[in-house]
Amino acid sequence: MNSLADELTAHRFFAGMADAHLEVLTGCARNVVIPGGTSIIREGAEANVFWALRAGRVALGVTAPGRGMLTIDTLHAGDVLGWAWLFPPYRWHFDADALDDVHAVAFDALCLRGKCSADPALGFDLAQRVAAILGDRLSSARMRILDLYGSPQPG
Amino acid sequence: MAGPPGATLSLAGDGLEAVINAVREKGYTVIAPTVRDGAIAYEPVTSVTQLPRGIGDEQAPARYRLRDRDDDALFGFAAAPSSWKRYLYPPATTLWRVRRDEQGSLAFEETAAPVPRYAFLGVRACELAAILVHDRVFAGSTHPDPTYAARRRELFIIAVHCGSPSGVCFCTSMNTGPRAREGFDLAITELLDAGAPRYVIEAGSPAGQELLDTLDAEPATKADLDAARAVTDVAAERMGRQMDTRDLPQMLQRNLEHPRWDDVAARCLSCGNCTMACPTCFCSDDVESQAPDGATSSRVREWASCFSRDFSYIHGGTVRQTVRSRYRQWMTHKLGTWWDQFDSSGCVGCGRCIAWCPVGIDITEEAAAIRSADGLRGGSA
Amino acid sequence: MVTLELEATDGSRLRYAAGQFNMLYAYPVGEVAISISANPAEDGPIAHTVRNVGTVSRALCGLQLGDTLGLRGPFGSGWGLDSAAGGDLVIVAGGIGLAPLRSVIAQVISQRERFGAVEVVIGTRTPEELAFREQVEMWRGRDDLSVHVTVDRATPGWHGTVGVVTTVLPRIRCDPGAIALVCGPEVMMRFTALALQERGLPASRIRVSMERNMQCAVAQCGHCQLGSVFVCADGPVLTWDRVEPLLAVRQL
Repeated sequence: MNSLADELTAHRFFAGMADAHLEVLTGCARNVVIPGGTSIIREGAEANVFWALRAGRVALGVTAPGRGMLTIDTLHAGDVLGWAWLFPPYRWHFDADALDDVHAVAFDALCLRGKCSADPALGFDLAQRVAAILGDRLSSARMRILDLYGSPQPG
Repeated sequence: MAGPPGATLSLAGDGLEAVINAVREKGYTVIAPTVRDGAIAYEPVTSVTQLPRGIGDEQAPARYRLRDRDDDALFGFAAAPSSWKRYLYPPATTLWRVRRDEQGSLAFEETAAPVPRYAFLGVRACELAAILVHDRVFAGSTHPDPTYAARRRELFIIAVHCGSPSGVCFCTSMNTGPRAREGFDLAITELLDAGAPRYVIEAGSPAGQELLDTLDAEPATKADLDAARAVTDVAAERMGRQMDTRDLPQMLQRNLEHPRWDDVAARCLSCGNCTMACPTCFCSDDVESQAPDGATSSRVREWASCFSRDFSYIHGGTVRQTVRSRYRQWMTHKLGTWWDQFDSSGCVGCGRCIAWCPVGIDITEEAAAIRSADGLRGGSA
Repeated sequence: MVTLELEATDGSRLRYAAGQFNMLYAYPVGEVAISISANPAEDGPIAHTVRNVGTVSRALCGLQLGDTLGLRGPFGSGWGLDSAAGGDLVIVAGGIGLAPLRSVIAQVISQRERFGAVEVVIGTRTPEELAFREQVEMWRGRDDLSVHVTVDRATPGWHGTVGVVTTVLPRIRCDPGAIALVCGPEVMMRFTALALQERGLPASRIRVSMERNMQCAVAQCGHCQLGSVFVCADGPVLTWDRVEPLLAVRQL
């Protein structure tokens, strides 16, 4: 296996993935360094990249007039950035900024989607992993909706 | 079974007066059954004439009535509505008093009241078992309750081996009666076989023996002792209820989501009567009682019931919001988790909760219903 | 939220273990159970952090420097830090749940050589609502503690992590031999225990501090029962293997 495949094996998102699938994925991947402060993705833009973070932090949020970016989640090494690339209409839902210098493996989403269509087993594997991330983000959001640390209303 | 220390004596009817007098001479306030407001009540007495002569009772779910007996029995009834617990664990106890001076400093004062010296006369085996249960709760704790411990230390117990179980009794199931086995100073058996009642009296402690030695009584004959034994043997066959205690804590523990809890919740009024009548229920609230002078306030412990909605309040809400969960708490505690906490059952089989439930919920019936469909799940959350 | 630092009027010293609680009495309102948030290894005043959520806590929060209150205690089981010595610690606090854990963190710092790696994860609603902010900053400055603060809702100027505490747990050091100490709202503790178990920590090594109605504090008033557990005396700190089956029964 090549070194990129080794890096992916070490990443939490790809844990346990078949070597054959990893080999295919590396064909769409490259290592990138994103300088801190860079805007990585913008709400509404075409979702054509997917990042597996290896170092650094990324803030996910929305920009409101007069308030700047409101962060809703912070991503760290071991997290992945972006899931909208897998589902039509392939547009980003939020903004993402690099908080530090971010080291990541970046995947060309068009390339990935092509590989997934060509190999449904790979597509299902990847979709399951992305769905698990969505599930985690959903329960995290739900927990925060509960506002557990706020003062409970007498009931 | 090892016999109690000392002799067994036989007393004629007025011999009981001598017992009361002897106990009173030792400085005890005698508390004994008497008739009040159409019910048996445990009240201070000074003479045997205040005991309920020729009175019996009828007890059934949601029913309690006194009735006339056709004899002169003084102990011819079963458990009274209100148990002895109010004397050892009063319904309200001032824990401490605090005084605030003009600088705002607080001075805490102990509120040690003189300790009453009670002699309980006529404690049935189930009720004696309940006192022994409270000993574990209040006196066996790492922080013994001072009020209970002091009153209990001074207590003199004259048990009565029970010959008159009611329709709600199940002490044989709970292995607490009808014969008192331990924990008494004196125990009497009322013999009604020869017209006027006679009493066989035995000592269960050195203090009891000492008192017994002062009585002018004949040693009990073998016939007396046989007759006394027969009283409780017959009573044991006349239990109004039964509780299957095999595996009971575990059986309840594995049925916490049983649909029967919904069924009983539909009947239960969550009034808490069962907890007030129960001789072992010990829950309390600590409440603040401010004096009108504005400079003192007291902390008062009052009987509480796990059936009240606020009982399990934590900031933000009540843990046990449904009647289902509150009845389940009461019953599984009484019959189940009590064992883990105090290494005993919390139920002694006196049947008060059955008689005094306004809708006649019967703990033995509820336990049997769950057991008969052991493992069934369902009902509301 | 107010932190009360108390000294006995007669100069006596209260000995306690981290995780224990006291019953604080506000004249003439009543008592409430408040966990101790000071370092048990130090001689200083006994700190209690009180959130203004009821009549007694409101009265306590209104006390002024020099006022007198009543105290009974200490009660309860404590975190059992001695039995965790020699290994790693994972400390997870949510909201005011940091108060009883502050006691532990302070003790760990003063006896740092007794423990392996120490991870501290603190969840708070907003950056402004972070309890013991200055102290947390001090902890973050130490190279022998790994401190993670995460907020549910970012506010302008917050450059730290945003997300619920459980999202931090996958990336901390969490050896299966570690002991986890968790305090926060019950829902937060349930999810945290789950996430820690996903990291390979057995339920018996996860300790949580439970909240129930407490009045007598000595297992006699009955209010705090959770199954057979008297939370005031058997707890408030209990291992997750004991608590989990009890919390699985609604309204137990």
